[in-house]
Amino acid sequence: MEQLSGGEMVIRALKDEGVKHIYGYPGGALLHIYDALFQQDDVQHVLVRHEQAATHMADAYARATGKAGVALVTSGPGATNAITGIATAYMDSIPMVVITGQVMSFLIGEDAFQETDMIGVSRPIVKHSFSVQNPEDIPSIIKKAFHIAESGRPGPVVVDIPKDMTNPTDRFNYEYPKSIKLRSYNPVTRGHSGQIKKAIDMVLGAKRLVLYTGGGVIMGDASAELTELAKLLNAPVTNTLMGLGGYPGTDRQFIGMLGMHGSYEANMAMHHADLILAVGARFDDRVTNGVDKFCPTAKIIHVDIDPASISKTIQADVPIVGPAKHVLQEMVELVKGSKKKPGKESIDAWWQQIEEWRGRHGGRFRTDDSELMKPQQVIEMLSKVTKGDAYVCSDVGQHQMFAAQYYKFNKPNRWINSGGLGTMGFGLPAAMGVKMNFPDEEVVCVTGEGSIQMNIQELSTISQYDIPVKVICLNNQSLGMVRQWQDMNYESRHSQSYMKSLPDFVKLVEAYGHVGMKVEKYEDLEAAMTEAFSLKDRMVFMDIAVDPFEHVYPMQVPRGSMRDMWLSKTERT
Amino acid sequence: MRHIISVLMENEPGALSRVVGLFSQRNFNIESLTVAPTEDSTLSRLTVTTIGSDRVIEQITKQLNKLIDVVKVVDLTEGDHIERELMMIKLKASGQMRAEIKRTADIFRGQIIDVTPTTYTVQLTGASDKLDAFIETLGTSHIMEVVRTGVSGLSRGEKVLSL
Repeated sequence: MEQLSGGEMVIRALKDEGVKHIYGYPGGALLHIYDALFQQDDVQHVLVRHEQAATHMADAYARATGKAGVALVTSGPGATNAITGIATAYMDSIPMVVITGQVMSFLIGEDAFQETDMIGVSRPIVKHSFSVQNPEDIPSIIKKAFHIAESGRPGPVVVDIPKDMTNPTDRFNYEYPKSIKLRSYNPVTRGHSGQIKKAIDMVLGAKRLVLYTGGGVIMGDASAELTELAKLLNAPVTNTLMGLGGYPGTDRQFIGMLGMHGSYEANMAMHHADLILAVGARFDDRVTNGVDKFCPTAKIIHVDIDPASISKTIQADVPIVGPAKHVLQEMVELVKGSKKKPGKESIDAWWQQIEEWRGRHGGRFRTDDSELMKPQQVIEMLSKVTKGDAYVCSDVGQHQMFAAQYYKFNKPNRWINSGGLGTMGFGLPAAMGVKMNFPDEEVVCVTGEGSIQMNIQELSTISQYDIPVKVICLNNQSLGMVRQWQDMNYESRHSQSYMKSLPDFVKLVEAYGHVGMKVEKYEDLEAAMTEAFSLKDRMVFMDIAVDPFEHVYPMQVPRGSMRDMWLSKTERT
Repeated sequence: MRHIISVLMENEPGALSRVVGLFSQRNFNIESLTVAPTEDSTLSRLTVTTIGSDRVIEQITKQLNKLIDVVKVVDLTEGDHIERELMMIKLKASGQMRAEIKRTADIFRGQIIDVTPTTYTVQLTGASDKLDAFIETLGTSHIMEVVRTGVSGLSRGEKVLSL
């Protein structure tokens, strides 16, 4: 049997797991591993400029492909810099394996140089973690880490490796396990047939059904099944922020995103529904608004791979624990085989009502009250120029909501954003992670002048690896979402939401060797954006001046019901 | 309502901290906690008593089940069960109190396990409310020190928590 050192085993196990890229930053505790990395060509390493970016790159790769991304960071500050990225992946149930260096095992607990209790620090934000105590265990631990990260409800797994476990002179038999079984971990592989049947009986008898689906449909690879079911039932579909692309965004049956900044028609339909079929969504507080007023007339069927997500915030009438893909497949078969058909009359009446709501608001925004470009116009233009087919990686803030509302996602896995944690600085490294793995696809980072500066150092990584992403920076010269809340709730006292000394982004990106563009007038936008996307091999940063006073609407009234919304600065339901 | 939740889990380093961390992270309450390996040294049995609404208890058991190290979880209070807790209580024992403590300990079926000219240490086993009653009966003014193990429990009859 082949003899490898612990350091070599780490890299070889990644290769055997099928990993092509890892994202990381070297340091003392990782030197043996980096030396092993140097002596092979199978696993390509991407050197970031800050460990947070490594985790976001790995995370975005996972969001685009469904497979676990890998980050490699050193002990102490390397590990703690990765924490925000791990928490981001955890909140959105994204599979990721984070390998962290650790001080030598005999120094642990002695406050050694660059020592941090990474297992302890990361404990609340990982699906699981491992600490390597024998080098021989490295292959099985890495196999377990991938298995846990990718199966069931996915999530990040940390593997903490003390430096002496990777010593190049200590060699051990290496064999990568083909499969792994854990007696304490058996995620469900199918839903309960009796419950599914009960659910479909209710669905076929419903008069005002809404399908409410989330990230579970995306990560569970179930969007084809969802689409088929929705078509069979002629039911309206709303997606959560994490679920966009799970159902085609340009289809008539799609009624938009729901929740705090959801569409008028989606929130109205939810409020008036008599049955909600929730799939892979977790009734998050940004969706439900006031839980005591949530959808008063609706029965709830809740399909989720994680039993703890069911009846956590909203009591489910029919809980179904299982993978979205399998459960939806079974539902499709049941509907096809059923003698009972959805009542045409009630469905027509329901659609008439929804169309009326859609006509009343339908995602309009005002363009006539100022000379300034509206951020919504920029996203609509982006959707047009990229034909709705780009990977859109977003940062966090108003621009994120505008992108979610106005970019029409027709495919899953193309809308990549930090939904749960809301991590500013996610967008640029996320776009990089996607582009490196899909070099022939258009990959866009939608950002603001606040978010982009949280990981702007990665412009340097982009130079090193030639990653031609496009950055659409909606520059409103303020932390727009903070400012919006201050306008609405703090009598426009703009406490610290304005940055007085923004850099000249064009010069800044040029300094890194990229292309910068500044756009200030709407009439110049289409030509500029078309030019930007024609530069296939260049990273282009579009600094686009937009109306700093624009708010994101609709916006739910805090602690109200789903239907309580501000529709503009002056109108509310 | 008070619940006794029994957890069978891998006897791995860090497993206990994941359980304890889960309780603080999710704002669940811990009244008492005991843990020790079982007859199979690869498994530990943990008993936690907690107070919460049905909804909270449901979340606690579901979240515990999600932990990778956790093999099985059961809420003992859902069925017939036996619970025991052990207490050692050191009391000021002089004059008339010596006889009084002895009598009370006998009534509660406790044992005096350490004696000095001025103190008695009583060992008492039972359900938690019995231990509370003993403390109440003697009155806090005589108590020097109390140490309790926390609750352990299992289901009555054939029902077992095992692999």
